[in-house]
Order: sequence, then structure tokens, then C-alpha cells
Amino acid sequence: MGENGLLIVGSSQAGVQLAVSSRALGYAGPVTLLGDENHRPYQRPALSKDFLQDKITKESLIFRSQEFWDEHRITVVKGERIEKIVTAPDGAGTAWSASGRAFPFDRLALTVGARARRLDVPGAGLDGVLYLRNADDALELKARTAGAERVVVIGGGFIGIEAAAGLHALGKRVTLLEFADRLVARAVGTETSRFLLDHHRRAGIDIRLGSAVDEIVGHDGKVRAVRAGGEEIAADIVLVGVGVIPNTELAEEMGLRCDNGIVVDHHAVASDGTTLAVGDCANLPNPVPGSCAGERVRFESVNHAIEQAKVAAHALLGRQEEYGGIPWFWSNQGDLKLQIAGLSSGYDRTVVRSPADPLKHSVLYYRGDRLIAADCVNVPLDFMAVKQALTRRVTLPPDAVADPAVPLRSLLAEAAAPHEGNLS
Amino acid sequence: MPKITFADADGDTRTIEANVGDSVMETAVRNGIGGVVAECGGSLSCATCHVIVDEHDFASLPPMEEMEDEMLWGTAVDRTGTSRLSCQIRVTEDMDLRVTLPETQV
Repeated sequence: MGENGLLIVGSSQAGVQLAVSSRALGYAGPVTLLGDENHRPYQRPALSKDFLQDKITKESLIFRSQEFWDEHRITVVKGERIEKIVTAPDGAGTAWSASGRAFPFDRLALTVGARARRLDVPGAGLDGVLYLRNADDALELKARTAGAERVVVIGGGFIGIEAAAGLHALGKRVTLLEFADRLVARAVGTETSRFLLDHHRRAGIDIRLGSAVDEIVGHDGKVRAVRAGGEEIAADIVLVGVGVIPNTELAEEMGLRCDNGIVVDHHAVASDGTTLAVGDCANLPNPVPGSCAGERVRFESVNHAIEQAKVAAHALLGRQEEYGGIPWFWSNQGDLKLQIAGLSSGYDRTVVRSPADPLKHSVLYYRGDRLIAADCVNVPLDFMAVKQALTRRVTLPPDAVADPAVPLRSLLAEAAAPHEGNLS
Repeated sequence: MPKITFADADGDTRTIEANVGDSVMETAVRNGIGGVVAECGGSLSCATCHVIVDEHDFASLPPMEEMEDEMLWGTAVDRTGTSRLSCQIRVTEDMDLRVTLPETQV
């Protein structure tokens, strides 16, 4: 091992976890965690949720105290944007920042995340067209929100809906425009899309589906309205949440294979055989048990960043560790807490449990007779039971789960019992 | 200053001076108490900040909400009579809380 140690480019959730896990597993060399923002490493999920609504402070987003970093000999560098990286065949090399600093390393990890996809319509560059990806975006949105009455949100994915619900709770008049014919089409099934739509409309958000934005209309360089489908919707600010693009530019310049993210193997190792890539920027073999061979995925989730970082920390130490657990996601939208366990893509059957409470909803996804995922709104009991079932690789009988009076936990206990002999 | 004592599954303990208004989870994570994972950062979504509160201290805490109670059914180590999610416990003036960490959170 050389003297330069591990350089982690990107002080993201994945970067922080990789630094922490490397130390926890006994990596002895220097660890440098480098970020391009002028903030200490922080957690992103709340930026579109509690932070937007002033329910929590910036301080509570900070991952670890400086004492923690010092104690674990992890050097945290802020405000350095890496522009060029050169590596030797053994994986060692140097990264140079825009300010001209050189960061030599024995081993490199890219935890560079993704960036907000920009809207490509006339007027997209007007003052008042905002995005929400990092802390500075959130601070600007909060500052601008204060003087705004009418907000148009473009995009009905998680970020768009979370922000719309939060801004609506702050008393803003919110219109949400979604291009597709349903909300969050990429992550949930039609039943959940419908539930979310009905709830948020009832709450008072003006949601328009199948709405293609033609132009952002301005006056004196500032946003005034959004024109969609021939109609003009007045707006003091416009928030765009139309997905993200993985940051693969550094990897591409290094000659690493990239295809919707930096292509890595089961152990988070990129195509040069040494560089690690973890989190939103990585494209990996689908880690879900039972998934098709050769199928690849790119996740945008905290859970994934943490699990893949642990795998990468093992790889750093020359060990091959299995990816743990099953993917899960959450989204807090006003009164709704949506929790998703597993991946529902490829399902051929759903079972909706319909509790009497109109604020609750859960739907289980099956491929054949096998349970593969669930969306649960305000029903943590169901979410937890499905997550455990998937982790233990047992299925919950589709006919039995339909009755909302039957706790899934009791079915889990029954389902697990006959298989215990096989699993050991 | 308020104090939180964390005992890990092996019985090793560490006492941390906490800030009023922070959660017990935040106190643990920022100071590197490894037995608290807190994947979701305190938004009551993951049940990986499970702690078992000392029996004498348990009654002094404000009671838990239904959501926390439901989440506690999904912890990696089964809940006990004094289990809580540490993200939902706010540090108060003069708090002197003792909690035990489960063997695993995931």
C-alpha cells in the first residue's frame, strides 16, 4: 500500500458511507473525502421535505461531527471540483481540481452522484426557474419562496410532488404539471399513482397530467408564467423536477465504461478493474435475488448508496462481499409517508389492501405467485412485513393478503415456517 | 448538559454530552456510535435507529406515536417492552438517558 491512500471524489451519502465503512473494516491508509460544494457533507433527502418547510435546520443535515472525522483520520475537503483524473494500471494516480490542487491517491472511488436534468424549452433560462438537487438549490428555493404566491412545479416524480406538497403546506398556490398520464410512473404502479393523485388534488394542489410544457414566459428576464397545452399558468417561481443525469464525465475521460452510469461489477469495481464507483452514478448488475442474469440497474436511493458503499469498502480491502438486503425507498409528501420495498418492475399481478382510513393505502406486487414489491402509504406495518418477507425470500399468498384486517406479519410468520428447513 | 449513555450489545458503554433539541439518533450518529445506522436520517422510514431504553428512564419519555409503534415491528432485532426509535426521542434539559443498542440494525 502506498502513502496516498483512498481518495473518494464526491462527499455524498455514498462517499460518506464508503469512508466510514473503509475505516470500520480496518483500512489503514489515509482516507480523503472530497466534495465540490462549500458545505460539510450533508444528507439530501430532507431538502425537498422537512428542510424546505423549515421544520429542521441545516445543522441537522450534517452527517458527522468534525471530531468524528478527526478521530477516524478521514480528511474532509470542501469546495474542490475535480476536473481531471489520471490513473496508472495499478489504480494509483492523481486528481486535479479546478483550483489547481493535486490530490494523489493509491485507490480512487467515484461517488459523484447525479445532477438535475435541465428543462429544454424556450424561457428555461429565465430568472426564477429553479431546480432542487443540492443544499444551495434548497436554500435558493427557500429564499425565493418567501416572496412568491404562485408556484408551478414541472414534473410529477418524487422531488416534484414532495416539493409541491411542502410549498402547498406553506400556503402557496401550487400547480403541478406532469407530462405522463400518471404520477411517479417510473417508481410505482398505477394504483399508487391514482391514490397519490386523488390525495394531492383533494389537498388543493392543481395537478395536470399529460401536460407538455411549451414555454416559460418571462417579463424583464424574470419568470411570469408557464405555457402548456396552449394555456398560460401564472407563476412567480417555477420548480423543475424532471429527473437526474448521472455524473459520468470524469469516468468517461478516464476511459471507464459508462452506460447510464459508470458500469461496475457486483463488487462496485469499474471496468479498469480498480476504480470504485458507488451510489447514484453507478450502473450495476441487479442485486435483487431472483432477477434476470445480465440485467443492470442504476438506483437513486439512500439505501442503495449505503449498501453498495459497504460492498465497495470490502472490495477496497480485497474481499468479495454480497450486496445486502433488498432495495427500499421512501417519499414524504405532506400527510403521506410512502414506503416502497423491493422493485415492482416486471410485475404481472397486484393485490390492493384497502384499509378504511382514506389516508392509508398499500399494494403488493407479484410476478407469478412470487411477491416482489409493495408500495405502502402510511402503513409502516405492511411495509415492514413485506421488506422482511423479501429479505427472507418468502412470499405472502396473494389471496390471503387482500384482507386488510389480516396483519401481514401473521402471514409472514406462517409463510416462513415451512421453509426454514430449506433455508438452513 | 444533557447526557446520553449508549451501551452496545457487548455491554461496552459510552456517554455523550448532547444538545437540547437534537434527537438521540442525531447525537449517536454524529458522534460515531456504530450501533445506530439511521439510514433515513430521522424521517421515521427505516427502523434502523432502534434502541432499548433503560426501564427506569422509559416512563419519563413522552409516549410514542402510532407510526413509530408500527415501525418498531420491523426492527432487525425484535422489539422489547422498552424499545424506541432513537430519531423520535428529543434531548431535553437535564436529560440523563441510558439506552442499549441491539446486536444489529439491518
